[in-house]
Amino acid sequence: MSDDPQEHDDPQEHIDAHSGTATTGHEWDGIRELNTPLPRWWLWTFYACIAWAFGYWIAYPAWPLLSGATAGILGWHSRDAVTGDIADLQTLRGPMTAKLTAASLDDIEKRPELLSLARAEGAAVFANNCAPCHGAGGQGSKGYPNLNADRWLWGGKLDDIALTITHGARWDADPKTHASVMPSFGRDAILKPQEIDATANFVRSLSGLPTDPGADREKGKKVFADNCSPCHGVDGKGNQDFGAPNLTTKVWLYGSDKKSIVERINIGGGGTMPAWEGRLDPTAIKAVAVYVHTLGGGK
Amino acid sequence: MAASAQIKHQANVGQDADEQPLYAPAHKIYPQKITGFYRRLKWSLLIVTLGIYYLLPFARWSRGPNEPSQAVLVDLAHRRFYFFFIELWPQEVYYFTGLLILAALILFLMNAVAGRVWCGYLCPQTVWTDLFMAVERLIEGDRRERIHKDSGPLTLRRVGEKTLKHAIWLMIAWWTGGAWVLYFADAPTLVIQLATLSAPPVAYAAIGVLTFTTYALAGHMREQVCLYMCPWPRIQAALTDENALNVTYRYDRGEPRHSLKKSLALRNLGQASGDCIDCAQCVVVCPTGVDIRDGANLGCIQCGLCIDACDSVMAKIGRPPRLIAYDTDVNIKRRASGLEPIYRIVRPRTILYVALIVLVGAVMLYALIERSFYSMAVIHDRNPLFVRLADGSIRNAFTVRFVNKQSDTRWFKLAVSGIPGAAIEIVGAGRSADESVDVGPDQTREVRVLVSTRQPPSLGSQPLTFSAISENGETAASAQDYFHAP
Repeated sequence: MSDDPQEHDDPQEHIDAHSGTATTGHEWDGIRELNTPLPRWWLWTFYACIAWAFGYWIAYPAWPLLSGATAGILGWHSRDAVTGDIADLQTLRGPMTAKLTAASLDDIEKRPELLSLARAEGAAVFANNCAPCHGAGGQGSKGYPNLNADRWLWGGKLDDIALTITHGARWDADPKTHASVMPSFGRDAILKPQEIDATANFVRSLSGLPTDPGADREKGKKVFADNCSPCHGVDGKGNQDFGAPNLTTKVWLYGSDKKSIVERINIGGGGTMPAWEGRLDPTAIKAVAVYVHTLGGGK
Repeated sequence: MAASAQIKHQANVGQDADEQPLYAPAHKIYPQKITGFYRRLKWSLLIVTLGIYYLLPFARWSRGPNEPSQAVLVDLAHRRFYFFFIELWPQEVYYFTGLLILAALILFLMNAVAGRVWCGYLCPQTVWTDLFMAVERLIEGDRRERIHKDSGPLTLRRVGEKTLKHAIWLMIAWWTGGAWVLYFADAPTLVIQLATLSAPPVAYAAIGVLTFTTYALAGHMREQVCLYMCPWPRIQAALTDENALNVTYRYDRGEPRHSLKKSLALRNLGQASGDCIDCAQCVVVCPTGVDIRDGANLGCIQCGLCIDACDSVMAKIGRPPRLIAYDTDVNIKRRASGLEPIYRIVRPRTILYVALIVLVGAVMLYALIERSFYSMAVIHDRNPLFVRLADGSIRNAFTVRFVNKQSDTRWFKLAVSGIPGAAIEIVGAGRSADESVDVGPDQTREVRVLVSTRQPPSLGSQPLTFSAISENGETAASAQDYFHAP
């Protein structure tokens, strides 16, 4: 090829001998690039796509401005779209939701189609409202009850659960809330440290946990009978009217080690739960009550 | 190569002195009408393929009271695919993978046996283009007439013809889109809905899109689809070999080509002259506008119409037919060296393709025969993994989903094994007495299952097996998971 001085000056003169196609004039070590042009319609399709993009810019929110973006003449907004979608969904679910609203709690659990609807909706409500304290699966943590377990502070029947959700616990804004509070036996000097220690050992013995060597069981029993039994019962089995836990089970809200029990007796009190009435609609409360009840621990 | 020659030819039109053209201008093709064996074959296949496409949605297939009675139905709303006796669920899409592999292998086999059979006879692009060309020919006349009319003035009659042509094209295109949507809903119902303008909007949208694509691709794009848009000609070129039957110009017989007069004169003088009289009938009938005499090329869809054209010319000039024929490169070389033509259909390539087709087909058939009508899936609660109950026993919670692919309601009793002393409770069981769950026809049912034991396994976790026992006492399905304990 080097014997052809014309090739770079006049590229279109060169026709590839093998394919019969013109070359672009680009050459690398004797290898030339074939010029295989695209059809014109391809070009027009490309221009049409650009025109379409301009249409988008005009019709939809597109260009970023200092605050926000151009609105677009269609007035489309992603938030409106979501609102519309939610409204559509509610319309779609309307008849089933109405059934849920109309049915009693017990009926919901007896009818499979209502139960699965309530559990699905309840799971969503739970994740949005309850999971921050009770955990994603209702597993709870120290001070926040495990809702899968079968020991309940304020009652584990479906109606009890619904009532607790509706009015909360120790939630002052709601006059119907569960209100009782455990006294701060240590902090308010109602009991002496030795009495508290003996009581803690006694409480551990109630559920069969080992006690400290040399612990004064009789003293603990007496202190318990005088101070704790009004709420927790003589036998320590608790009282759900006061939210006083059953101390004879293997389920512990604040821990079963003696230190935790001593701490509880010292400071007393109890967990707080908001009242959900007014924040959740009655159907949502029903659904989440059914969901919690069917986690496994429901009575 | 000859397609690029054709593109090159187009590119050179309007090329200016200094610059290469960047884009090839459109080059309108006016295929001439032809009759003959391959044309009849193409018409027959057109009727068969379009007939299947347009009418199949109306075929009925009885599946019982709870199931649709349409033979072929893609029920997107309920996530079911019905194909005669087969009903597929979303989790069985691997059958479609098998089908696609099978389709690719059959395409390869067709290619190894007889080249681009798919392109020439069966491809929707070819079939609809053929139909659209037939409409065009009926209204505007044959090749010469159309060329003449297109170069002539736009008379009222011409406007009328064009309007009629495009109207019929759009009508066919509309029916094409209309038939498509019938595969996705009960066809007779949807036809009535479409007619009364009460069909779902998505149906009209789908019809609109397919009307546009059919009209554009079959009416206007035509060979451009094959030349620029379709990947198969590129792949096909890499898969073919010298033993595959292709529409071939037998240059060993045709060359040197001369006009009829000159070839007669040469033969009278006892000199050699090929059978090709350069009448270009093979070129004018070609729907993609290629010259088959340039050899096998990307633009040639191997529809065989040039064979019909050439045969008709050979008959007129009294030469033997099949100057253009289905032939192989091997045979041209063999004839040139005086050997008998052969056609080896049994070659390592075809044996391999057939073996793969049989293998994939057998695997699919086995999977279909062994397809279970029941299944179950288990998910362990992630949080909490286990719960300590008031009496100290340990409980794990699971979500169990039963699948019933039968067309009537089935009851399953749930059993669990692997954990000593395990008791199960189903939340929302149909019959809590024996922990039975009813699963509706062709449905799934999800339940929450609580497994508790007073004797938790000493190790952290132990395998356990759930079994769905059908009413006749057989284990219909089972699933494994783990029981976690502290």
